[in-house]
Amino acid sequence: MIGLYSPGTSLIHRAPTLLKLFLLSLCVVLIGISPNPWVVGGAAAGVVLLFLLAQVPVRAAAAQIAPILLILLVAVPIQGLLSGWMVAALMAGRLLVAVALAALFTMTTTVTAVLEAFQALLRPFRRFIDADRVGLLVALTIRCIPLVSDIVREVLEARTARGTRGSLLSIAVPVVVRSLYAADALGEALIARGLDD
Amino acid sequence: MSVIRFDQVGQSFGERRVLRNVNLSLTEHRIGIVGANGSGKSTLVRMINGLVTPTSGTVTVDGLDVARHARDVRRKVGFIFTNPDNQIVMPTVQEDVAFTLRRRGLSPAEIAERTAAALEQFGLSEHAEQPAHRLSGGQKQLLALAAVLVARPATVVADEPTTLLDARNARRIGELLHTLPQQVIVVTHHLHLVEEFDRVIVIEDGTVVADGAPEQSLAAYRALLQ
Repeated sequence: MIGLYSPGTSLIHRAPTLLKLFLLSLCVVLIGISPNPWVVGGAAAGVVLLFLLAQVPVRAAAAQIAPILLILLVAVPIQGLLSGWMVAALMAGRLLVAVALAALFTMTTTVTAVLEAFQALLRPFRRFIDADRVGLLVALTIRCIPLVSDIVREVLEARTARGTRGSLLSIAVPVVVRSLYAADALGEALIARGLDD
Repeated sequence: MSVIRFDQVGQSFGERRVLRNVNLSLTEHRIGIVGANGSGKSTLVRMINGLVTPTSGTVTVDGLDVARHARDVRRKVGFIFTNPDNQIVMPTVQEDVAFTLRRRGLSPAEIAERTAAALEQFGLSEHAEQPAHRLSGGQKQLLALAAVLVARPATVVADEPTTLLDARNARRIGELLHTLPQQVIVVTHHLHLVEEFDRVIVIEDGTVVADGAPEQSLAAYRALLQ
């Protein structure tokens, strides 16, 4: 979800997050259990219409869907030879529609909206779960992905600059140590920003 | 301006004494704190909003003991860290600024309005929807400033805010700190940043060795460096 949101004012952008999540889940389940190729084909056409309605950049949308095509390139021939080409086509169609719908949700929904939706979902269980804290946990997890990625890149660069070729341990130890320092600093920043309650 | 008092403040980390018997009353608009690495200046300013609790003595902000009323004090005192990457909590620029306000009981409309105003003030409006980690170093520090100032603190404490920045961004952050209406306390190695401040304090080996107008304090510090 990092950097995938595509700003816009379309109906899909403005739709309530929980509704989008519900429809996404429902569509994926229905397509998953339907044996009718016409249903999958219709769903695919519907997804194309939704993308047009959302007016998200074509290149960004293609980048979201491209990885599944690589998997299908291997999976479809195997499935076709083992179970028949109709089954393979159905599997490919289902996967493509599901991934495209998930991508559309990601591209039209901010992280804050997703967090608020999760918090709303968890609210009935507030006696057992602190929804705000879970939201913060999810936000920090998303935020920490580029932070740790930067640390790994810097450690690898430092290793290259020193002309060394160490074991996996020689990468893991500085990455873990620096990540712990970063976590400590992030914790301090959270306290400074008044999130110590 | 807030009144920040250090009374007989001492701080030790194990055997190492970082601060000894510090007595200060900070009431000026802009205060600079300089000193060598490890002199204790960062520990001193971290005490102002309770990130570090003194081993001995008390630190008060407008009469509130920071050790006992840290949460109330943090609403008055905003803190800017050296590395803005460690201060960014949310994935996008706008969400990170808004995050500061989310637990303050404000309406979504007010949060959106104040966030937009803060982004505008710091020239980040066009980056509002962008991932925060993709900003440049200078923009990240501007984001850190926006995220702190959106809460409208009475005092801003900045711990070496320009250390990781290039000359242009360092100057920009310096100029911004100069124009803030809030009380500003800046720890720095960039002496020009505090040359026009109201007061400069020099810390050496955990004690205050010079305290007064920038000319005298900076001259004393330069003499120490010889």
